[in-house]
Amino acid sequence: MPDKTKQMPPELKAMLRAGFNEDWRKELRKSLPVKERMKIRRQKMPERKPDLRNKHFKEVNFGLDAKKAVKEAQRCLDCANPQCVMGCPVGIDIPAFIKLIEAGKFSDSARKLKETNSLPSICGRVCPQESQCEAVCNLKKATGVSVAIGNLERFASDFERDSGKVFIPKALPPTGKKVAVIGAGPAGLTVAGELVKKGHKVTVFEALHVVGGVLVYGIPDFRLPNKILRAEVAYLERLGVKFEMNIVVGKTVSLEDLKNDGYDAFFIGTGAGLPNFMNIPGENLIGIYSANEYLTRVNLMRAVDFPEYDTPVFKGKRAAVLGGGNVAMDSARTAKRLGAEMSVIVYRRSRIEMPARVEEVHHAEEEGIEFHFLTTPIRYFGDDKNRVKAMECLRMRLGEPDSSGRRRPVPIKDSEFIMEIDLVIVAIGNSSNPLIGQTTPELEVGKWGNVEVDWDTMATNMDGVYAGGDIIRGGATVILAMGDARIAAAEMHKYLSSKKQDTNDS
Amino acid sequence: MAKIIRRERLVPNLHLLEIEAPKVARKCKPGQFVIIMPDERGERIPLNIADWDSEKGTVTSVFLVVGTSTQKLSILRSGDEVPVYVGPLGKPAEIKKFGTVLCAGGCYGIGAVYPVARAMKEAGNKVISLLDVKANYLLYWEDKLKAVSDEFFVSSRDSYYDCKEFIPKVLKDVVKTTKVDRVISYGCTYLMYTCSEATRPLGIKTIVSLNPIMLDGTGMCGACRVSVDEKTKFACVDGPDFDGHLVDWQELFSRRKSYFDDEIQSLSYWEKENFPKN
Repeated sequence: MPDKTKQMPPELKAMLRAGFNEDWRKELRKSLPVKERMKIRRQKMPERKPDLRNKHFKEVNFGLDAKKAVKEAQRCLDCANPQCVMGCPVGIDIPAFIKLIEAGKFSDSARKLKETNSLPSICGRVCPQESQCEAVCNLKKATGVSVAIGNLERFASDFERDSGKVFIPKALPPTGKKVAVIGAGPAGLTVAGELVKKGHKVTVFEALHVVGGVLVYGIPDFRLPNKILRAEVAYLERLGVKFEMNIVVGKTVSLEDLKNDGYDAFFIGTGAGLPNFMNIPGENLIGIYSANEYLTRVNLMRAVDFPEYDTPVFKGKRAAVLGGGNVAMDSARTAKRLGAEMSVIVYRRSRIEMPARVEEVHHAEEEGIEFHFLTTPIRYFGDDKNRVKAMECLRMRLGEPDSSGRRRPVPIKDSEFIMEIDLVIVAIGNSSNPLIGQTTPELEVGKWGNVEVDWDTMATNMDGVYAGGDIIRGGATVILAMGDARIAAAEMHKYLSSKKQDTNDS
Repeated sequence: MAKIIRRERLVPNLHLLEIEAPKVARKCKPGQFVIIMPDERGERIPLNIADWDSEKGTVTSVFLVVGTSTQKLSILRSGDEVPVYVGPLGKPAEIKKFGTVLCAGGCYGIGAVYPVARAMKEAGNKVISLLDVKANYLLYWEDKLKAVSDEFFVSSRDSYYDCKEFIPKVLKDVVKTTKVDRVISYGCTYLMYTCSEATRPLGIKTIVSLNPIMLDGTGMCGACRVSVDEKTKFACVDGPDFDGHLVDWQELFSRRKSYFDDEIQSLSYWEKENFPKN
């Protein structure tokens, strides 16, 4: 895993310093004293009413309006030493884009974001800001409440998109180098966006029939509307990125084939693989899904519109979702929207150990999702048609911390109880996708099927082949995938540039 | 988009589908499958690969009409296009010289087992083909199979082939007189199950091509999980071929029926939309 104690790179420090010293920033800082800025309350994100929104898939948050966004931007102290930038896995110049909002230059703010982040309207919606940029915000240290960086990111990029005048940066002159990106998820899309701007010819190969990876099959519309994703993809297409759908690299074509087709560098971002199960009795009964399958049926295959669309999904009345991450929240909230009278999160640790974003947990609670903490299922019972009808659970207590630093759940003796349910969604993570490892023998693959990389460069053991996202991490987040992708893209650019040198020499 | 080269009814309810898919055709190996989506609203369903022509760039499958997706496929004409055709997926069948290999196919599996029989023959095996049909007029690809077989049998429930038996009886008769080193059984779940049960006491290793419900088909969703040797396996990436003696058949039977009611609803919806009264 990457080293988290890294110092800010000198180039980034210099860039931030230069921005900080620009005259307009100085003026802006003077225009409102720090004391006044600290008095402004965090602007509340307007959202749909919980008892209405839990019946459909429309987006929960409406987004800040311009007035609120400017007000929120004023809260940012434009610190000389902005910690938030270090908290961001892709290193966005956060003070710069926020101050552009304060100055009313919303489109410029979006462009500033896109200098480092190819998918800002997505990150503004799905990043766990409270544990990243907002966690280390200096205002939070001073007042206890951070600047709403994520909401502002979303505001600026939504503004630009809705204005219809999306700025297309000029690509550098063509380098004549061809890049193959494998997997059109957040990592792949990021690499594609970065490298096409550098003048390389980029083709993205995708196994499914829609671009987006987990952004389209996993994250539901109420959190990330499909049209937002489509707009970001359209932006990449306008930059010159080509997409080839229904191609499983490793099966339909091999890395070797792509090399023979003249591709010079490769990025593997094939993402999530086989879902994890608990290996307890009855787990293959009908009505027990992996979260991947459940969400794919609903989001990608549109089972929500069955029978207009052909793919069905069980609409349970009593749904239990196992796990405490964002995917678990998405699944429980989806089950509720599909008509579950009871939708309950069953998590083996307590509330504070849940990896889900605070906002998602909060939204889930508002929508009537129940939580059974310190509970774990130990087996399932089926009816005469092998459909799940109940699960036996065990209560836990928290013991000593484990390797993750979280307190280990320990079973409480004789605490078994039965929960009657007719739908179970197992959201306890997934391993890396096995296909590319299985079919590319020279690629170094770890114990869990994850592709092994040098964490400083994202380079695999194969020359010119890089990787990032869930394929190297197992189940992680969109923004970590994008962080990997940015490092990989920079290294791939270096690699491609040096390769040019080689051919000139020879 | 992939273009339909040919779609024809082979026998009642069984259709052949030849698709233009040069990349897939170049990589096909016996025992693999493709995922197809008949239209933008359709399901992603797996079809066994029954033949391919890497020069012409086409891939052929044989499918049984059961639900909405296969109904939709069954009315396609040459020149039509399907939005999704991806493959070849799954691990290829294990092909090597075993000695004598008995290839048992029924239903769509007659088509699916053909490339395995051909490859087994090419690998130097003595190939015995045993095809199962409910009645003589449901037999297809007899000539293709005969061409790659040293011996050829048909089991049929009518009197035409003079046996009136379901496949396991005929299978048992064959192995009485011939030493068989491996059985390959492709087709409907019941056929694969009964073949496996027939060979279990005889200790002849029997390979089956499992057909659970799939969604992505690339190892992401876990819909296709099956229990093999008491471990959960994913048919799309660990299979589809497994040792028939180790498969939990009852689980597979029930999981395949997961959406039985939905399928009926879906089909009647589609029929109303496409074939309205008046």
